[in-house]
Order: sequence, then C-alpha cells, then structure tokens
Amino acid sequence: MARIIVVTSGKGGVGKTTTSASISTGLAKRGHKTVVIDFDVGLRNLDLIMNCERRVVYDFVNVIQGEASLNQALIRDKRVDTLYILPASQTREKEALTKDGVEKVINELSETFDYIVCDSPAGIEHGALMALYYADEAIVVTNPEVSSVRDSDRILGILQSKSRRAEMGQDQVKEHLLLTRYNPSRVEKGEMLSVADVEEILAIPLLGVIPESQIVLNASNQGLPVILEEDSDAGQAYEDAVARLLGEEREHRFMTSQKKGFFSRMFKGG
Amino acid sequence: MSFLDYFKGKKNKSASVAKERLQIIVAHERGQREQPDYLPQLQQELLEVIRKYVQISDDMVQVEVDRNESCSVLELNVTLPER
Ligand SMILES: Nc1ncnc2c1ncn2[C@@H]1O[C@H](COP(=O)(O)OP(=O)(O)OP(=O)(O)O)[C@@H](O)[C@H]1O
Ligand SMILES: [Mg+2]
Repeated sequence: MARIIVVTSGKGGVGKTTTSASISTGLAKRGHKTVVIDFDVGLRNLDLIMNCERRVVYDFVNVIQGEASLNQALIRDKRVDTLYILPASQTREKEALTKDGVEKVINELSETFDYIVCDSPAGIEHGALMALYYADEAIVVTNPEVSSVRDSDRILGILQSKSRRAEMGQDQVKEHLLLTRYNPSRVEKGEMLSVADVEEILAIPLLGVIPESQIVLNASNQGLPVILEEDSDAGQAYEDAVARLLGEEREHRFMTSQKKGFFSRMFKGG
Repeated sequence: MSFLDYFKGKKNKSASVAKERLQIIVAHERGQREQPDYLPQLQQELLEVIRKYVQISDDMVQVEVDRNESCSVLELNVTLPER
C-alpha cells in the first residue's frame, strides 16, 4: 500500500511543482520507491523541472483513457533510480481527469510504489480536487503573504470536507504546512509575515521553511530538483522537510537572516 | 512613534497589518464553511413566506447558525422596510 501525498496550495505560483520535485526526489533518494504525478493537465511543468520533457511519450490522461499502459507512460528518473514521473497531458481538457479514472491509476500504482506524490494545479476547482481527493497526507505550500495564507486555509477546508477520507468518515488527511519563499531579513524588518504568524493562523504542524533563494531558479533552469543542490540552503531545507515527513526530528534552520558583519556593512553600505 | 520604537523598528509594520487582516478573513471564512448545507434554501423559503406579508429584498433576511459547545442557535435577522 502506497502512501498518497498531495502538494497543494490554492494560490498559483507559490512553489508546488518545485516542492513536488524535491520531496519526491528526497523520498526516492532514501530508497523509497516513489512516483510523482503531474495533475496540472493542460500546462505540464513537472517534466521540465525533472528534466525529462523530451522523454514524454504517453501521459496520465492516456493511461486513464486506456490508450497506454502505466508502464508505457511512466518515466524513470535518470539520477535516482527509485523515482518515476507520470507526466500530465498538454492537450487535453482538465475534465479528462475523472474520479474513477484517477482511482484506477492510483490503485495500480499503489501495488508497486511506496509513495505517490501528487503535484496539484492551482485553484480550488476540478483539477485541484482530483489531485487531493485520494490523499492520505497533504503538504500545503504557503508563501508568507496574505492571499496565499487565505487560500491555504480554504484548501484545508476542502481537505476536511471533500477528500475521500472526509467523505468516507475515515481519519482526517494528515496536514503539513510548508512555508516557502521565506525571507528572514524582511521578516525581521516587519515587512513579511513570520513563521509564527502563519503557524498561528493556519494552526497545522510545520513541516519546514524553505528560504527564498536564487538557487531555486538556477536549478529549475537546468531541470534539477533543488534538493539535489545539496550545499544550498533551499536544498538542505527540503532535505530536512523530507526527513520530518518520514518522522525524524530535525531542528528548523534558515529562519533567521545571516547578520552582516561590521566590515561587510562598511564596504557594501548596507 | 516613540524614540525607542524607532530604534527597534517594530511599529506599524506591514506584517502586523497583514496578520490582523488575515485573522479576520480566516475567522469569517471558517464560520461560513461550518454553516449547514440547507441554509441557503432555508433562507430562500423564509424569504418567500415573509414576502406574503411584507415586501423585502433578498439581502434583508439573514440566517446563521451559531454553534456553542452545548447547543446550536439558529439566528434569523429580518430587516423590515421603513414605513
Ligand atoms: N524557495 C524559492 N525561492 C525562490 N524562488 C522560488 C522558490 N520556490 C519557488 N520559486 C519560484 O517560483 C516560481 C513558481 O514555482 P512553481 O512552479 O514551483 O509554483 P507552482 O505553485 O507549481 O505554480 P503553479 O500554481 O503555476 O503550478 C518558479 O519560478 C520558481 O522558480
Ligand atoms: Mg505547478
């Protein structure tokens, strides 16, 4: 039985795909057989971040509609051999994802995988609902910003009422807060919501804090999940998040700014 | 802003405004979410009954359920037009 994890947010552009790529890579690197599914039908971004866009032949919708088998559609990652990608279709309508179709694919994947990571599209409509419906756990990606926090709260409401677990009256979907694009020095200046502020408002356990970092864009330019940039702050922050997801205790890092020393302040005028 | 606040740089910063706004919106939306499904229809039917006697517009009837630990209260607010 696989554990199904949705990466969701409501608001667009907050870092879901970046997170899906890194979390799935991190799980796989620790030896867990992991598949990451792109639910963003019509856009298809995950394969770019995972650097396998030229290897896409069949996609998720092809499998749902019986035009290809799972084995034909799954792409095996070239860096981590326990990691597979199920790409989204670029041409189909979002409605091609049906509850039954998604269930069929997830059930089949469950037989051989340990973790199924679902990269949700933005919004709270059909595609996002399909991505979260079968989830056991949810990583709610949030930026320290009013509209993102509000949308995260909406998504939490949906997880608690419209997921399969909610509808069947089973244990709640396990919720994790992942605060991304965090800028400690702006927080210290009072210009950005702090981790504590967001935790207080959303009231769910904190999985991690990913700092705002140029490395993320650099990595995505090259098709590298940022967790593989092992020396970078963002990469290490994702590594910690994966460890916590697996139940390890890790102290939170990268939550305070690196104070500039006297000399660098003198010379940079900052 | 006091002399000390100036140096601490803590006062009137936009993050605390953001936090206050969020607390209000989120509390409001959570309240809405917990309303029972039948509420809109109940509101509609109440409107129809009241309209047999008084002409009122849609927004003049407000129905809400307030949940406490021991009981729930159905709160009905009807504004009558000025005479
Ligand atoms: N920690 C970070 N630091 C800096 N930039 C980041 C960080 N996380 C994500 N980004 C950037 O933010 C942009 C959006 O990221 P991403 O595509 O992962 O978001 P998304 O939530 O999947 O978007 P969509 O809702 O469109 O699917 C990208 O350009 C990415 O490089
Ligand atoms: Mg995305």
